[in-house]
Amino acid sequence: MTTDMQDESEIFRGTTTGATRLRDARSVRGTPRAGMPAFVLGEELADLADRDPRIVVATADLASANRTNDFRDRHPDRFVNFSIAEKNMITAAAGMASTGLIPYVATFASFAALLGAEAIRTDCAYPRMKVRIIGSHSGMSMGFYGSSHHALEDLGMMRCMADLTVVCATDANHLRAILRASVEHPEAMYIRLGRGRDPVVYDSVPDIAFGKAIRLRDGTDLTIIACGSQVRASLDAAEALAAQGVSVRVVDMFTIDRMDADEIRAAAQDTGAILTVEEHNVTGGMGSAVAEVLLDLPRIPFRKHGVPDRYVEVGPPAALYTHYKLDAAGVAEVARELLARKN
Amino acid sequence: MTPPVTNVGLPLLEDRAKFIRTETVRLSRIAGAGHYSSTFSCAELLAVLYYEQMAIEPAQPDWPDRDRFVMSKGHAAIGLYPVLADLGFYDPSELDTYTRLGSKYGDHPDMKKVRGLDFSSGSLGHGLSVGLGLALAARMTQRDYMTYVLLGDGELSEGQIWEAANAAGHFGLQHLVAIVDRNGLSIDGHTEDVMSVEPLHDRFAAFGWDVQRIDGHDLTAIRTAFGALKRGGQGKPQVIIADTVKGRGVARMEMSLDWHVGNLVGDDYDDVMAELDAGLKPFVAEPVS
Repeated sequence: MTTDMQDESEIFRGTTTGATRLRDARSVRGTPRAGMPAFVLGEELADLADRDPRIVVATADLASANRTNDFRDRHPDRFVNFSIAEKNMITAAAGMASTGLIPYVATFASFAALLGAEAIRTDCAYPRMKVRIIGSHSGMSMGFYGSSHHALEDLGMMRCMADLTVVCATDANHLRAILRASVEHPEAMYIRLGRGRDPVVYDSVPDIAFGKAIRLRDGTDLTIIACGSQVRASLDAAEALAAQGVSVRVVDMFTIDRMDADEIRAAAQDTGAILTVEEHNVTGGMGSAVAEVLLDLPRIPFRKHGVPDRYVEVGPPAALYTHYKLDAAGVAEVARELLARKN
Repeated sequence: MTPPVTNVGLPLLEDRAKFIRTETVRLSRIAGAGHYSSTFSCAELLAVLYYEQMAIEPAQPDWPDRDRFVMSKGHAAIGLYPVLADLGFYDPSELDTYTRLGSKYGDHPDMKKVRGLDFSSGSLGHGLSVGLGLALAARMTQRDYMTYVLLGDGELSEGQIWEAANAAGHFGLQHLVAIVDRNGLSIDGHTEDVMSVEPLHDRFAAFGWDVQRIDGHDLTAIRTAFGALKRGGQGKPQVIIADTVKGRGVARMEMSLDWHVGNLVGDDYDDVMAELDAGLKPFVAEPVS
């Protein structure tokens, strides 16, 4: 396999050889990669803006990294680069939204959500401005760039804010669906993206509704509730477990705030065991939100799986996923541990 | 086009500045606490902005071409609420609920509740970014409204102010006007002791702004400064540094650290109302107490 032809998912899963370059030269040379979420961001927003003059896009000196430069090229009059001033960007977007514009502001999740948290709450959520905060490169997908560039706390921080819808994009097609549905959504949103190398889950743009989970695979022994990068890993884990005679339901719980409590109750009732899997600190994230729903139900075997409550090691993303059991094999292993408690 | 600035005359402006102060005292008594001195320092600025300078339409608060006002120093909202009521955005009797359970009118203003308010505020350091967004939106939508942002001098220590100042200069947003209520005090003392903000003229100029500096209690000076503002969307953003006196109008409050938040009761209430009714006396600077 040559570097140019490599399968991005192999980088993601840690099966690449040492000779493989982790940097994808094409990602900074302007060829949109349809299968990669970050890379469809600018094109999809530009498509939406072709039909809707309210849509504007801003970034904080990361137009290349998150591909909002594709939007800039097509709608330069509706694009603002605020440079490295994220709080200013988010608050200014709220000012724009107060006139009826719909701003999509994109930067790394660590800076959008963590640095921008108070601006998101005070200027976007509280006055119900239709600002869409897009945090890309979330979780530990920045790998060896280190904890300053990781966002393993963003879901927890965002989901405790009132009047803020929090969603995770699973792959490119799912991101397209989220962006299309977001235009008329009546309140502020935080949209969490991976690094743009997330493996494919949806072969076409799915029909979605915020607050409605997507059941991707049915099963009877266990439900894995996953979001973002962990949906593919969980599906692959379910496949491996099926070969061992274990029947696993997999749910894409992409709406973290405005969560689908009915789907959680159904999982508890139908399968009697729930494992949540997320690329996030185990404290406060999607798993915690699921647990809050489960507190009102009869007790069942339940486990939150994610990144432990400490700063993660440095390493290539794929190596980190393996290390923290957030690849298919790791998820399957954790699932088997949970199932042992059930039986 | 933005309608021309009206001329309501100095006596009315003086009267409305007095009205802002007396209403601040009255509403503070309902709450049992109020931001007296920060509101008194910007009373003349508010009066000229709302009664003369800005193009607004109380019968149509969401008029898209209206001039915008962002009170970045949101703790002075107690002085803005009576103005909005007086102009007809809502019934003045609504203010009798000020800060009481379920009221639309809290110490810091909420745009989802207060008719005529262009943006919520309270967390210092945000307002210039809001104004930046409003000015960018005007450019994107080819509207020629002006955006005015009232800044406190203490909040100039917030880094985000300078992120916004930098961006406004970079983008050449001439239709963005910042007004600094340079009253000299933040909560813990003189700004220049707590954290210096001077040389303010040079700081803004270095960020690419046109700068005027005036006496912020001199109605004629304020009107002249507003009259000198350039219209149109491309050029330097404009700042008016208004040198003011924190607590102006009530002798015991002028340049005092004790009245950032306070509560006038009993005879003190009546004495202060009488003092305000008599009109502004010359300010004599004394050491900060």
